[in-house]
Amino acid sequence: MRPTPDSAGALDLSGRSRRGLLSLFPSRTRGNLADQVYAVLVRSMGIVLPLLFGFIVLRIGVAAWPAIRSFGPAFVTSTDWNPVAREFGALPFIYGTVVSSFLALAIAVPLAVGLAIFLTELAPRWLAAPVAFATELLAAIPSVVYGLWGIFVLVPFLRSAVQEPLAATLGGAIPFFAGPAYGFSMMSGAVILSIMIVPFISAVTREVLTAVPRDQREAALALGATRWEMTWQVAIPYALPGILGGAILGLGRALGETVAITMVIGNRPDIARSILAPGYTMASVLANEFSEATGDLYLSALMEVALLLFGITILVNVIAQLLVWRVSLRGGR
Amino acid sequence: MMEESLLPMETKWNPGVPGIPAPTVGASHALPEGGKQVAAGAPFAVEARSFSFWYGANQALADISLTITTRQVTALIGPSGCGKSTFLRSINRMNDLIPNTRHEGELLLEGGSVYRPDQDVVLLRRRVGMVFQKSNPFPKSIFENVAYGPRVNRLVQGRRQLEGLVERSLRQAALWDEVKDRLEKSALGLSGGQQQRLCIARALAVSPHILLMDEPASALDPIATQKIEELIYELKDQYTIVIVTHNMQQAARVSDVTAFFYLGKLVEVGRTEEIFTNPKNDQTEAYITGRFG
Amino acid sequence: MSDGAGSVERVHRTRRVVNRLMLTLTGVAAFVVVVPLLLIFYHLVSAGAGALNLDFFIRLPVPVGDTGGGMLNAFVGTLSLVAYATLLGVPIAVGAGIFLAEGRRAPLATVVRFVADVMNGIPSIVIGIFVWAWVVVAMGRFSLLAGSIALAVMLIPMVTRTTEEMIRLVPRELREGARALGFTRWRTTLGIILPAARSGILTGVLVALARIAGETAPLLFTAFGNPFLEWRLNEPVASLPLLIYQYAISPYDDWHRQAWAASLVLIGFVLMVSLAARFVIRNPYRGS
Repeated sequence: MRPTPDSAGALDLSGRSRRGLLSLFPSRTRGNLADQVYAVLVRSMGIVLPLLFGFIVLRIGVAAWPAIRSFGPAFVTSTDWNPVAREFGALPFIYGTVVSSFLALAIAVPLAVGLAIFLTELAPRWLAAPVAFATELLAAIPSVVYGLWGIFVLVPFLRSAVQEPLAATLGGAIPFFAGPAYGFSMMSGAVILSIMIVPFISAVTREVLTAVPRDQREAALALGATRWEMTWQVAIPYALPGILGGAILGLGRALGETVAITMVIGNRPDIARSILAPGYTMASVLANEFSEATGDLYLSALMEVALLLFGITILVNVIAQLLVWRVSLRGGR
Repeated sequence: MMEESLLPMETKWNPGVPGIPAPTVGASHALPEGGKQVAAGAPFAVEARSFSFWYGANQALADISLTITTRQVTALIGPSGCGKSTFLRSINRMNDLIPNTRHEGELLLEGGSVYRPDQDVVLLRRRVGMVFQKSNPFPKSIFENVAYGPRVNRLVQGRRQLEGLVERSLRQAALWDEVKDRLEKSALGLSGGQQQRLCIARALAVSPHILLMDEPASALDPIATQKIEELIYELKDQYTIVIVTHNMQQAARVSDVTAFFYLGKLVEVGRTEEIFTNPKNDQTEAYITGRFG
Repeated sequence: MSDGAGSVERVHRTRRVVNRLMLTLTGVAAFVVVVPLLLIFYHLVSAGAGALNLDFFIRLPVPVGDTGGGMLNAFVGTLSLVAYATLLGVPIAVGAGIFLAEGRRAPLATVVRFVADVMNGIPSIVIGIFVWAWVVVAMGRFSLLAGSIALAVMLIPMVTRTTEEMIRLVPRELREGARALGFTRWRTTLGIILPAARSGILTGVLVALARIAGETAPLLFTAFGNPFLEWRLNEPVASLPLLIYQYAISPYDDWHRQAWAASLVLIGFVLMVSLAARFVIRNPYRGS
């Protein structure tokens, strides 16, 4: 058993065997007092986090209250965002945030899972180590650098090599790909987001794949499964809750990402059906308009956007966290 | 105990002489060099010719020459790390999962080389069922566990055939009566012994020719162990069984032939009753009488 | 299946093809993920290296139209922001981490741990706006202090969790041994446990620093930016990411070049800190 703070036995032991050194140790009463101070201190540092969290909700909530009161639920259903006319409908931003993030997820999950399978199941060590390191580097690149690269490299490339051909071929038949090809568009935003979230999803996926017990893999192989069948039918299902958690964590990052997507999505508050058209996200409108918001209602409306963004990402993160916790509990750690 | 056994070991063990004793069981266990005289209709299931195996720089098997006869139970015994599991896992190339391994010599399964460059391991493993030390059912239903092999290998058409095959396999593994009412329940809800028999049923469902068992009862209680042993006894009419075991009594009870491995070498192989009553080799005697290992 | 030998063979061939195809595709996925990284580095170096010279590091920005100038203000600003954020955030985070490690399964510890994980997911722009509404409004101005607080709010949950994990890696015996010698709780933690977990905690701090050093969004409405050299707490300051952002979305070619150069420097800084985190002498109690 762990000795308790006032465990007399422990103190007596030191007293008897090390009487000469006793003066080096704090006396029992001083120790207890110091311990109490210490416990209070450490505990209060711990409490800082929930307090801070509550304070964030409160501050933004209070600032958003005028907008909540004057627009009610129409705020999230209206598509009119016209600060001059004092009309504030956030739907285009919500739409842009959700669509760009889910598109990014649709691109990133297959890549990340494929990468994770490659690294854990297939690649020899001399190849796996540098590739894994490269994906870690991707996670370390600041988002403003992604944005810079997006503006000057990715967007021109996507416009000429992907969007224009798409608009010319499928654009007529599928409204999703209707032209004109703006370059700065929902698609560019989704692509840059997907590059940014792949490292997170693949890191989690790798972790859960390596946690699949070897005997499960061996059982499948011994029954005549190919390597791919073993991976796909046994390892992936076993790791699925963790992969899902990783994907949702990635989704949370995509939803909240600000400067990189602001720099490439085009920033137009429309709900366009085509992913080749510009869009706008909640984070982007905050980054662009917050510092020039004139009038209390405008500011309050932006605060409500922040509150909504906060709420959505927190919800997504809580779900991801619960999933990941469940997996690690099942893993028996 | 340990100290006593060390002395004879050190003085009598002579690694300079190839440690492969002459076969003790007549024609069917002749050495590979003379291995042509196979009894008609009873070929060797497995045949190793000077087979050696390395994990990185560690030699796990040294110059093993051993034949395993069809429709018999062959027990591989020896202390931990003696190479018996490595040998077993070489037969269906399960060691491929481990990086940096290599081998020398020949290992034949039903006359075909296991390590032939163009050997299709999937087809190889379909002929070789395997049961592991720790029962390892998939986290699926009982039915799905047994159905996995036939499904992945497309052995049957239609649900009816599959159901028939699952039932037959579960009956063969003496598990049908215990689980027939809850085939759709998770396999993880079964007891340890039932799980292990489920794994045997799962292995049998792909109709292997040979069944490898890696200490299949080491994690089970005596009653569950007894059931597994009875099962092995029944299955040997139809299958060639190779079983790795730590348990000397178990080897004596279930096997027809026993091979003793020590330090990566095959020390002695022979009819089980002879190995246990009249071993030719001092190490074998020391081991089976419990003086080391 | 005596009648289906041919079809079994065919099925088997299909399975082999599928196996090959899918495993190849995973390699393709790995390739597709790595290519952007190589491209980003290629463009950073090819577009940014040319603008790097001594002036870039020791001079202030010059007005549009004039060529030359540097980003001294941004370097000093980023270093000050990161330093103050560390001073503010790390003590709280380490304290909270100790609390979590010692509290383990206590209800309050569970709540704090959960909140820390959730706070890691708060969008950085939201943190910027929160600090604006709190500090900037209260002070009546943008400031280095506000920017540092925003970065500290991002840093705290990250470092809290790594501190907790690193402390948990310290063997129990060490703690029990210290307690058996008559050490009080606080002495045990400060004198024995923290030093033992030191390099792990340092790694966590460095990783967090690398991340906040590259943040733009939380600084937009807090540190705000400043074309002049500034290090006073109550004045707005420039930062490297902010300047890159402003230059990148500007219409001037010369600013674009400077943005690339600054990005190259920023990446270099972030990577150096990340690598330092890797090479900090590893915690002897840390697993493989």
